[in-house]
Amino acid sequence: MKRLLVAIFCFLSVAAYANEPAATTAEATDKEAFSPGEMILHHIGDSHEWHFATIGDEAHGTHLTIPLPVIAYRPAQGLSVFSSSQLAEGKVYDGLKLEHEHLVAEDGSKVYDFSITKNVASLMLSAALLLVVFTAVARGYAKRGTGAPKGIQSFFEPIIVFIRDEVAKKSIGPKYERYMPYLLTVFFFIWFNNLMGLMPGGANLTGNIAVTLTLAVLTLLITLFSSNKNYWHHIFATPGVPKALLPIMIPVELIGIVVKPFSLMVRLFANITAGHIVILSFISLIFIFGSVTVAPVTLAFGLFINMLELLVAILQAYIFTLLTAMYIGGAVEEHHDADYQMGGGDGADTAHTH
Amino acid sequence: MQIVTPELGLIFWQLVIFGIVLLLLRAFAWKPILSSLKERESSIDDALRMADQAKLEMQQLKAGNEKLLAEARLERDRILKEATEISNQLIETAKTKATEEGGRMIVQAREAIQNEKNAALAEVKNTAAKLSIDIAERILRRELTDQPAQQQLVDSYLKEVKLN
Repeated sequence: MKRLLVAIFCFLSVAAYANEPAATTAEATDKEAFSPGEMILHHIGDSHEWHFATIGDEAHGTHLTIPLPVIAYRPAQGLSVFSSSQLAEGKVYDGLKLEHEHLVAEDGSKVYDFSITKNVASLMLSAALLLVVFTAVARGYAKRGTGAPKGIQSFFEPIIVFIRDEVAKKSIGPKYERYMPYLLTVFFFIWFNNLMGLMPGGANLTGNIAVTLTLAVLTLLITLFSSNKNYWHHIFATPGVPKALLPIMIPVELIGIVVKPFSLMVRLFANITAGHIVILSFISLIFIFGSVTVAPVTLAFGLFINMLELLVAILQAYIFTLLTAMYIGGAVEEHHDADYQMGGGDGADTAHTH
Repeated sequence: MQIVTPELGLIFWQLVIFGIVLLLLRAFAWKPILSSLKERESSIDDALRMADQAKLEMQQLKAGNEKLLAEARLERDRILKEATEISNQLIETAKTKATEEGGRMIVQAREAIQNEKNAALAEVKNTAAKLSIDIAERILRRELTDQPAQQQLVDSYLKEVKLN
């Protein structure tokens, strides 16, 4: 299993370079000028079809594309489900059409787009992969019991133990066990999707603001629902702060509740999207200069950035998980006298004596 | 701006699929994995603790053995010492007894010798007296007729002369 995964990852990360230029070559041969910005935004954005490559030119060539189901809900017409190939090249189907990958109604009425887009399809794939991989890991434990781990089990065990010991136990404290499933799922979800995003033709799922927004909101909800009296006491009557400053402090603390998950959302989105943009920019250089001689430089830099992205993939998953654990830890923390010393000094003492 | 505008559809699917994955993984992966890890850690802890305990027991056993050995050694020394003392005492008593016995025997022997000597002397005295009397009788038979007066005289002479 492990060997298979390694083989897949190796094969696909090499193929990434073979693929991306192939797609862009077609665009470059077009009569219209090559626009790197447009190409990059197209690549990091969502799509209603899963496009791998175009052989030949844009208009007459063969598109290697998997059409995906479009699911649209309009309050007037109700639900309509059809293949995205019906909308290819600006065609109109059932009163719906695509405008810059955005599903709109011809008559301008409101459309709720629940389509299985490229990102949703990738999300489903990653969900299946996560389930397959971790049930396999769990089977290892069921089979070997307390024996030494083997195979895929021994690959993931140190990571799971790391998340438990270094992230959950240290940040949350004695109540860490309740939050372990969420932390582990978030960590592996982000990591797997980051890696899948690096594959050729892979969707930029973790670099999509909707996905990071959902994850950040889940973290916020978990933090709020597990918060104790102590957490709110810190927000509405921050210890060591003079009473006169509270009208300023309370709004600041309340904003802080939202800013924390907001930073989670932006950090993951920006890191992953930026990585994709940098790689695509290096590849675009070939077409901007219109010369093959730039290719070695481009490939060298692209390779370097891709290696960096492999690191960023796990790093961002770790950071998201760690910060989530810290926010939860802050919410479930019991009262400590030491907290009164935070930023205290004389101010803290007078606040208590008055 | 499109890339920073979250799409409702993707939020919906992300929520649904992530939720399903979370619930499924929690039930079929994280719970069994974490409980197995815990079980294994506790079994390792137990094994280590048991090993420590066994080591301690071994040490105690060894210490006990050594104590026993030392005690045995002490006992042996004590017994040896006692035995030496007793034997010395025995020899001593035997010696004194022998000396005493010897002394006693010597005294007895001396007494016996004295007695024998006395008896012998008495006999010698008697014999000598008889002889003297005989001689004197023979002499005096001729010269003296009063024999008892003569005997008395001789006896008195003999008493004065104490032979030793």
